[in-house]
Amino acid sequence: MRKRLSESLLYQALVVPLIRLFVFVAISLLVIGSTILLLAALFNRPVAGGTTLLQFVIRTLPQVAIDGLVIGFLYAMIALGYTMVYGVLQFINFAHGEIFMVGAFIGVEIMLALAIPSTAPLMLIMAGTLLAVVAAMMGSGLLAVTVERIAYRPLRGAPRLVPLISAIGVSFFLQDAVRAIEGLLNNAFYRNYPSFPVLNQQIPIASLQVAGEPVQMQIQAKVLFIIIASLLMLTGLNFVVNATRLGRAIRAVAQDRPTAALMGVNVDRIIMLTFLIGGALGGATGVLYGIRVGRIDPYLGFIPGIKAFTAAVLGGIGNITGAMLGGIVLGVLEGFAGAYLSQFTGGAFGAEYKDIFAFLILILILMFRPTGLLGEQVGQKA
Amino acid sequence: MKFYRILMALTVFSLLLAACVPAATPAPAAKGTIKIATQSPLSGGQAALGEGIKNGAQLAIEQLKGPIEALGFKVELVPFDDQAKPDVGVANAKQLVTDPDILAVIGHLNSGVAIPASETYKDYDLVMVSPANTNPCITDRGYLVTHRVCGRDDVQGAVAAEFAFNELKVKTAFVIHDKTPYGQGVAEFFKKRFEELGGRVLGFEGTEEKAAFDPLITAIQGVNPELIFFGGIYDQAGVFFKQAREKGVQAPFLGPDGMDSPELAKIAGEAVVGMHYTTVAGPPTIYEGAKKFIDDYKARFGRDPEPFSAQAYDATALVLKAIEAAIQEAGGQKPSRKAVAEKVRATKDFQGITAVVTFDERGDPVKSKYFVIEIVSGNPDEWGKNPLKKTLELTPPPLTPELKAACGVR
Repeated sequence: MRKRLSESLLYQALVVPLIRLFVFVAISLLVIGSTILLLAALFNRPVAGGTTLLQFVIRTLPQVAIDGLVIGFLYAMIALGYTMVYGVLQFINFAHGEIFMVGAFIGVEIMLALAIPSTAPLMLIMAGTLLAVVAAMMGSGLLAVTVERIAYRPLRGAPRLVPLISAIGVSFFLQDAVRAIEGLLNNAFYRNYPSFPVLNQQIPIASLQVAGEPVQMQIQAKVLFIIIASLLMLTGLNFVVNATRLGRAIRAVAQDRPTAALMGVNVDRIIMLTFLIGGALGGATGVLYGIRVGRIDPYLGFIPGIKAFTAAVLGGIGNITGAMLGGIVLGVLEGFAGAYLSQFTGGAFGAEYKDIFAFLILILILMFRPTGLLGEQVGQKA
Repeated sequence: MKFYRILMALTVFSLLLAACVPAATPAPAAKGTIKIATQSPLSGGQAALGEGIKNGAQLAIEQLKGPIEALGFKVELVPFDDQAKPDVGVANAKQLVTDPDILAVIGHLNSGVAIPASETYKDYDLVMVSPANTNPCITDRGYLVTHRVCGRDDVQGAVAAEFAFNELKVKTAFVIHDKTPYGQGVAEFFKKRFEELGGRVLGFEGTEEKAAFDPLITAIQGVNPELIFFGGIYDQAGVFFKQAREKGVQAPFLGPDGMDSPELAKIAGEAVVGMHYTTVAGPPTIYEGAKKFIDDYKARFGRDPEPFSAQAYDATALVLKAIEAAIQEAGGQKPSRKAVAEKVRATKDFQGITAVVTFDERGDPVKSKYFVIEIVSGNPDEWGKNPLKKTLELTPPPLTPELKAACGVR
């Protein structure tokens, strides 16, 4: 680390991660977007709707990029939970998707209990949402700590597969526990987030002409809210990990647990706090996800959980910056595949194949970089 | 001593029981029990419809078991939860065929579950009467055991296409389906007829996505269709409709009978106002003689009947009649499953709530009603007020070897 970068703690902990995120986003979008454009130009032909493939791509590209980014941010926030736990314990916490799901349910119950009228002023809606996010962070964080205490700590020192199986068990347990509780309380185990017209409205960003094609860029108010919330949380986490005593302790435990313990770090406490932070992030993401998709059920954690885990591996598991990058890349890839696969293949492969396509790219990346995009240090741990 | 005590307790208990039973009830089931099973999703996102099927069958058994009980049999309902999943439905089927008392199955809700499960019923001659399955292959395989009291998707999809082209006057459509035999089936029939009429299908996409539809919506916006047809079920479609409207998609929506649940309005709210759906099961209010059913159902279960409840009631009533006839033919003994299936197939002019059922040679009603309904309110409580735009009575296409082959039967 050169001197001038570390001049100011605040600069390093808050501005650097933001710049880094921005660079990631820009590079991912540029690389993937220009590949798509290039492909469209190469295989240009008329498609359904009376346009050519290239026109279709130009017209929709910005919107697809925004949508992909939002999914990417959500994946990134879940991926952080996987990667932090892996960092300190070298163990995949497969129950993390369910921690995220529980957060979504805590959030929806708070929002429904508050019963904010759908035409309420924006400030009131924001306050209610904030309350739901905070409650979900507390609930999910505590749940993650409890799970660690009950299901993982007694198995510390056991072969690595044992806590993994325990985690899978916890994940089934949580799914069905939430299903049972919601079923008993509401006679149905899925819930709908209240819908607010203010948050649903589209905010136009830009309207321009590219190569004679009208390009509309707009963003939904709630999506903007999600992006801002996730940026805040990602910078917050970076600050905690890189600029506080707690963060230093977490990094120390991640690097070498026995030595950290010898240096006076309370390892159990640090592991607990890692779960607390990861769980809280997951819970907050759950609420944001719920607000975005509207309807939630106890099984919603599975697929995003798997994808976030993949994002963590793609970025280099154990690496916090890598998790963010992995999430963004995966989200953008998926968004592009979902929107364009059908038109590019002439309807032979539809949007239904988007996951296959996205994961194919992932396998290719991992073949050439087995430690993930940013994961140089993985090999050192054992 | 202990034995003596138990005996005494038993005696006292049975005396008490005898004292409670009024003298007028028919003699206790001397000849055994006849069970009718239901298979429908009782948990999961489609539980509302599945529960409605179970309740409809239960009400029918409670009200109409008299004649069979008079013949000396107890009649029971055995509800199974197929979770709307093919594997669970088949596992249930394998379990229920082993109970010799089960003589008929009422179900399922999902064609994708009914088709594999009925392969098991077929092997054991166990008759299935479906209140809701619309996929042609339910009956087109030509099995003795498979029946339905509702219409078919090939007809329903064509009805939807004709409505879109002739009445909504749209010339282009984007078709989405849920990749199940039901959703994809009806979507393909819609596409086929729509193109035959001269319309253009701008996209045909299957998706299992239940949460984030953004990429699909953007792709739709890119081709700007005049209509969006969703071949699927409300729990998935509702989320899609809501997100599409929120993202500014203006094209009207159209869907099959999978849209028919107040849950759709609960999920999507204002987004579905103005959309149409076709159905094989009109709201109970439009059928003559349904008033008593609705009142009884409300009194028994404390809520309005779900869309397929009345059909489930009819299916069960029809099965009870067939069982009664089979018992009589067997000389008062418990009939074989095959005899029951044959009696069901021979049903003629059965007066149900929703239809007069006469089965054709493959188990379809010779005439079925098809409806087009408009959604006028985003309030789930006002679901029953959605007006009927169109009613058609149509016959299924004749069973040809091609239809059979399309279902994988040679």
